[in-house]
Amino acid sequence: MAFLAIAACNSDDDNNTLQENVNVVFNFTQNWNGDEIKNSDYQTTAYVNANGESITLSKINYLVSDITFTSTEDGTVYNSEDYNLVLAREGENVTFLPNIKIPQGNYTVSFTFGFDDEDNDKENGYPDLNSQDGFWNVPAPLGGGYHFQRIEGTYVNNNSETTNFQFHTVRANKHTTLPPGSGTLEELRDTSFKVNLGEVTIRNNMTVEVKANIAEWFKNPVTWNLNTRYQVLMPNFQAQLDMNANGASVFSLGEITQQEL
Amino acid sequence: MRKACCIFFVTLFLLSCSSENKNDEDEYTATPLALNIPALFETSILPPVIPADNPQTVEGVALGKKLFFDSILSRDNTLACGDCHRPENAFSDPRQFSVGIIGEEGFRNSMPLQNLAFNFREKFNWDGSANSLEDQMFEPVTNPIEMNNTWPNVESTLQQNNEYPQLFENAFGTTVIDSTLVTKAISQFVRTLISGNSKFDKFVNDSGTLTPQEENGLNVFLDESRGDCFHCHGLPSSPLWTDNAFHNNGLDATITDRGLGNVTGDPREFGLFKSPSLRNLAYTAPYMHDGRFTTLEEVINHYSEGLVFSETIDPLMKAVNQGGVQLTESDKADLKAFLLTLSEPEFTTNPDFQK
Repeated sequence: MAFLAIAACNSDDDNNTLQENVNVVFNFTQNWNGDEIKNSDYQTTAYVNANGESITLSKINYLVSDITFTSTEDGTVYNSEDYNLVLAREGENVTFLPNIKIPQGNYTVSFTFGFDDEDNDKENGYPDLNSQDGFWNVPAPLGGGYHFQRIEGTYVNNNSETTNFQFHTVRANKHTTLPPGSGTLEELRDTSFKVNLGEVTIRNNMTVEVKANIAEWFKNPVTWNLNTRYQVLMPNFQAQLDMNANGASVFSLGEITQQEL
Repeated sequence: MRKACCIFFVTLFLLSCSSENKNDEDEYTATPLALNIPALFETSILPPVIPADNPQTVEGVALGKKLFFDSILSRDNTLACGDCHRPENAFSDPRQFSVGIIGEEGFRNSMPLQNLAFNFREKFNWDGSANSLEDQMFEPVTNPIEMNNTWPNVESTLQQNNEYPQLFENAFGTTVIDSTLVTKAISQFVRTLISGNSKFDKFVNDSGTLTPQEENGLNVFLDESRGDCFHCHGLPSSPLWTDNAFHNNGLDATITDRGLGNVTGDPREFGLFKSPSLRNLAYTAPYMHDGRFTTLEEVINHYSEGLVFSETIDPLMKAVNQGGVQLTESDKADLKAFLLTLSEPEFTTNPDFQK
């Protein structure tokens, strides 16, 4: 009897390996030029950005959406069509299980930083994001939709004063006159972008690390000068375009781990 | 025959057990009561937080309301919850500090009670010291400078009362009164205190209008270069008008009340207090955690030119080195006009919420 049960289990496992689709877990980590940013680093550890400014970080929150697996074998695309708001300091949502199962195999893995226009303008929006600490939605005069990212902290300005900064990433919005108001909105440009993590062989019980090097937001190709760009960046059209450009080098594929059954 | 008797008794025993089990399963259930949730809340934010072990019921809310306004909870029977959380003040206290039964003042302003069922992170009080609404209800009863009672004494007093045992029976199916059931009942009542029909709500629902001054005030509120109030206090699509989170909003250079940091022990959270909702500001003066500002003008002036730096100041506070963003007098007046559109007179007079 015992022998039969064991034999049946083995048989099930074999079937799983061959036939069942699998989930993939994503683990979002943050670093500053390779140094892990831990909870204890917030408000305490001083970093130097590419422009030579000393900064501390209070908040790193960012939105990713549409994690997508594209088969390198037959080109089939599996899009999870969901989203995840990473609250890095609190360690909330740093582990994310996209709502999709895929066949095991070789894939190019990608996601969208922020929301593309289709997701950003979804009718009635997202009650969970509307209920978030700090409010994730964007005021209507700025084109509505949602924040893509909030990095906040302090920097030491050219007068040696510790000054607050808000590096908020949203869809670029251009106005005929500032401050924004009714009828000032001239242009909206989708500044979400696709992050390609490269090729991954997907197996069961796999965790994929997505690394975010926060220093890159201030570095490449635009050397960010916090003395001139430290606040009121949401309605700053060019600042949003530059964030979009700098974001291209922020994310990369980290460790891939597979749990033992 | 002997065998037959044995079977009979065994059957009887099993039936008896079955009957007892059935009684256990047939727990008393009071009449379910749905919360009266505004349509805007239904479509734009998450559902209310209602614990699985304390569903809203007609009898529970009625009991909670009676307890809320009954001084029987205080040691000398002189102070009720409703004395420091007055309906006409959106369930806050017009005094800077409430006064307990021994005549001693507290040290923080009484918070308004509104839309607390939508506090999704469930951190209550100015300093986040309570982890649920039920949890919050325990503390004022025993606080020496509030009701200064003991829970055993409360339970005993209620148990000997002519009315309460039956009301607890109606609400929870037992006449045995304990502190947990008291806090559950009051929490049920407090969860019904929903405010979502202000002038601004009517504007959002296309059933009302704003004046040009109020509309400009909204623009100031939403403008990062002027008010930038929305990052902590919300915007039309997040109608609670609070993030229910904790911030140091630049009140003091030296922190004497550690707020959230006193609860967590984390120096990075010294001087952080919960963002209050901006609903019903017309009725909730004085303002701030310590009630230091008596008017909305003082509040607006603080953010415009009164900010001071301290180690834990929130990065959202702008132009701190200059004291703030230096709003024009016109923008200040418009901002105040907008803020007052978030007040709902009917909330303070709703018969369901009165003593």
